[in-house]
Amino acid sequence: MTAPLIEARALVRVYHSRQGLFGAARALRAVDGVSLAIAPGETLGLVGESGSGKSTTGRMVLGLEPPDAGSVHFAGEPLPPPGTPPWRALRARVQMIFQDPLGALDRRLTIADQIAEPLEIHRRGDQPARAERVRELMRQVGLSADHGARYPHELSGGQRQRAVLARALATAPEFLVCDEPVSALDVSIQAQVVNLLIDLQASLKLAMLFISHDLRVVRQVSARVAVMYLGRIVELGDADDLFATPAHPYTRALVSASPAPGRRSATRIVLAGDPPDPAARPSGCAFHPRCAHALPRCRGETPVLVNVAPGRSAACHLVTPAHAPIDAAA
Amino acid sequence: MAALVALKDLGVAFNGVTVLHGVDLQIARGEAIGVVGESGSGKSVTFLAALGLLPRSARVTGAVELDGANILGAPDAVLDRVRGRRVAMIFQDPASALNPVLTIRRQIGESLARHRGLTGQAIEREARRLLDLVGIADAPRRLSAYPHEFSGGQNQRIMIAMALAGSPDLLIADEPTTALDATIQAQILELIGRVRRETGMALVLISHDLGVVAENCERVAVMYAGRIVEEAPAAAVFAQPLHPYTEGLIGALPPIDGPRRRLTAIAGTVPDPKDMPSECAFAPRCNHAGPRCGAIPPLRAIAGARRLACVRHHEALPFIEAAE
Amino acid sequence: MLRYFAIRFARALITIALVVTFAFVVLRLSGDPALIIMGPEAPPEVIAAFRKAWGLDEPIWRQYIDYFGAIARGELGRSMRDGRPAIALVAERIPATLALTLPALLIKLCLGVPAGMYAALHRGSLIDRAVMVAAVAGFTVPSFVLGLTLVLIFAVQLGWLPSGGQDTWRHAILPIVTLGIGGAAVLARFTRSAMLEVLGQPYIRTASAKGIPWRAVVTGHALPNAAIPTVTIIGFMVGTLIAGAVVVESVFSWPGVGRLLVVAVANRDLAVVQCILLLVAATMVASNLTVDFLYGLLDPRLRGARAH
Repeated sequence: MTAPLIEARALVRVYHSRQGLFGAARALRAVDGVSLAIAPGETLGLVGESGSGKSTTGRMVLGLEPPDAGSVHFAGEPLPPPGTPPWRALRARVQMIFQDPLGALDRRLTIADQIAEPLEIHRRGDQPARAERVRELMRQVGLSADHGARYPHELSGGQRQRAVLARALATAPEFLVCDEPVSALDVSIQAQVVNLLIDLQASLKLAMLFISHDLRVVRQVSARVAVMYLGRIVELGDADDLFATPAHPYTRALVSASPAPGRRSATRIVLAGDPPDPAARPSGCAFHPRCAHALPRCRGETPVLVNVAPGRSAACHLVTPAHAPIDAAA
Repeated sequence: MAALVALKDLGVAFNGVTVLHGVDLQIARGEAIGVVGESGSGKSVTFLAALGLLPRSARVTGAVELDGANILGAPDAVLDRVRGRRVAMIFQDPASALNPVLTIRRQIGESLARHRGLTGQAIEREARRLLDLVGIADAPRRLSAYPHEFSGGQNQRIMIAMALAGSPDLLIADEPTTALDATIQAQILELIGRVRRETGMALVLISHDLGVVAENCERVAVMYAGRIVEEAPAAAVFAQPLHPYTEGLIGALPPIDGPRRRLTAIAGTVPDPKDMPSECAFAPRCNHAGPRCGAIPPLRAIAGARRLACVRHHEALPFIEAAE
Repeated sequence: MLRYFAIRFARALITIALVVTFAFVVLRLSGDPALIIMGPEAPPEVIAAFRKAWGLDEPIWRQYIDYFGAIARGELGRSMRDGRPAIALVAERIPATLALTLPALLIKLCLGVPAGMYAALHRGSLIDRAVMVAAVAGFTVPSFVLGLTLVLIFAVQLGWLPSGGQDTWRHAILPIVTLGIGGAAVLARFTRSAMLEVLGQPYIRTASAKGIPWRAVVTGHALPNAAIPTVTIIGFMVGTLIAGAVVVESVFSWPGVGRLLVVAVANRDLAVVQCILLLVAATMVASNLTVDFLYGLLDPRLRGARAH
């Protein structure tokens, strides 16, 4: 495998929150030992529900939040500390798009101005060159020239997300983190934006970290997928493979919960219980209270992410082969 | 057999702008019907109008028959006896759909007192039974709690418990799982299914997700720009979608298994209700649009207990003259 | 719980101290009490003696420390005009002020809150618009303009009511109305927007969908939520019970605390001014604390931990 563009090792992020008005401070391990690697031009999907820590992981990988432990390397170099000039210069190479395009756009600037902003900040080209680049970007994302003169509230949800995408691509970054970019869009618009992302990735050789709770969309765009639960990666592998034959019981439940036309509800796996509170983590395997196959071992011992098949790792006592080498970033 | 609820030519306009154009739909006793549509389809407005829950500025026309009697425009006293008691409705985002300053006991007990005439200890007992039914553990303590103390999934269960308090004949679930995680979504849908099996309650499941609707309903109605454009048994809609919009919606769903394929991206966007064309509302975005699409196609019954509003298919398939 | 209130209480004390400090500094820097009280023609020795008697010849920081020391002992100073204890002077005026502000508060509540609620429940109707126009008029017109206008109409033109002084109960009517109208307008507007905000919430629709009659939805579901922001502003109004009538008392020559304050400031009667300000600050702070406490009662979300 080629050298990874992004490599994260054992990331940890702990938040301290206060309970109510008078409670004691609690430590919340949002991310608890996550390692991943993304090759240039590859998409890694990151799936999980609320409390899984996927958004926090995305921000740490980008350098927006410093990890409390672990490290992130971009193109072989460790990430510079946030706020420093090298960190700012790195913004031209790594970008992020979010769930709410209206919130990500400045209400008072035209679309064209906003797309041009990164070029101004990083001082790319002169005025005419920038204008040309903006036109080219808008063409690439499927916006017409007169969209450039409009304001965000005058555009539809799908068009706004395209504008956000154009802005993110302005400095020709090598790595794009997408945090739930299509969740707020209608199904037909989702399809448009997903197709666009796939096309852009192929033509621009973008590496992507695609974060979502919707398995179907993640499968569509990703080469590999990591499934997160309560701050840890519980399964990692090739996208098609993982969804066709999930190993970890949580992944199986997720796949089964994903609505698919034609499948009858009798075969659906329904998990008992509620998603756990990240501040009150169960002992041993965090998933064991909801797992139909939990062993006594699962309550006491936290499983480690190990290779269970070629190209697949899982963190589960039930699927770990007897003597498996520890491989945290397959 | 007479339908439990029949919507007849139901139309809604806000400030002179029509958002719902004459919807006809029948719901039989015990049946589960899914209503699918994207923004601007009118899927929620239809049922809010049917129950008289739209603001006063809305103009609602047509008829809504419950067991044959029209309740549209009925006085509040009549509607208050229907809502919660014959027809219950649950909404999206349960956290904000529950009153934050009232206890769960108060919110469930209200319905029990009003629709079943229970008082005192009887309310307490029944409220506990309902919470157990929907899978909330430790019911006695939970009744004294407030909505913010529960998770999203638990709040939706509480909403369902509240809805069941009146023993309704029909439950309208408006995007009940959209704001929830996938595994919790599965739990809620399974709960609704179980309750239906046990009580024989009918269900209208409104969603933008065809997959959710297909898995949980017997019949599916697809809505676009304020009209029903296709209606068919769930399996038939997926095996053989007839309306181009339905085809597009199915194609837009990424498959979870099987080979990957490029998603069908329906070009363009939903028309603004203010500028609704006099032609077929979907024509500007339709790959098969032709000269006959200049007029709005009526929703007609065709073979296989289906209905379709598209000229293209009307010659190819035999249609049935309306029997009512 | 204790910690919560201890912090709030400490902050309250600091607020009061800041208010008094501010008054202290400004008063002393803006004019010489000795000159003002003794008169400009008094001989310099008299003025010097006055200054010495009242400690005004000490450096400011010394006077400041002495003052706070005195407060700690419970001595709030004496009026420089007649030598009586400041606190006695103020205390004897309080009933007069309350005779205006308490009925006025009642008017504000009984007029403002229902008007605001009605406007919200009948949004867009003629009554809603009328209430809103009246409300805007009510709080943009300054109280002295309103007061003088009322005097013009009811005392001068119609001769129904007296224009000033405190002789009979009739004398209280115009000042109470002047005070009440302005506050009612503010309260109406506020209540209306609080109610509208609540009525737009999803849980109101849920309650209707349950078949609860509209009246019960408003009283049982909407009001408890709308009460929360409304309580803040009512608390503020309660906080101004002592100080809120300064202008009105002057317009109507009503011998209350407000009038006393105006006179004392003009005379640089330091102890009296400071005493009044201390009282006002304390009242305001106390009402804020009460509102904070009420919030905890009214809004369960503020009460604390999840019931896991």
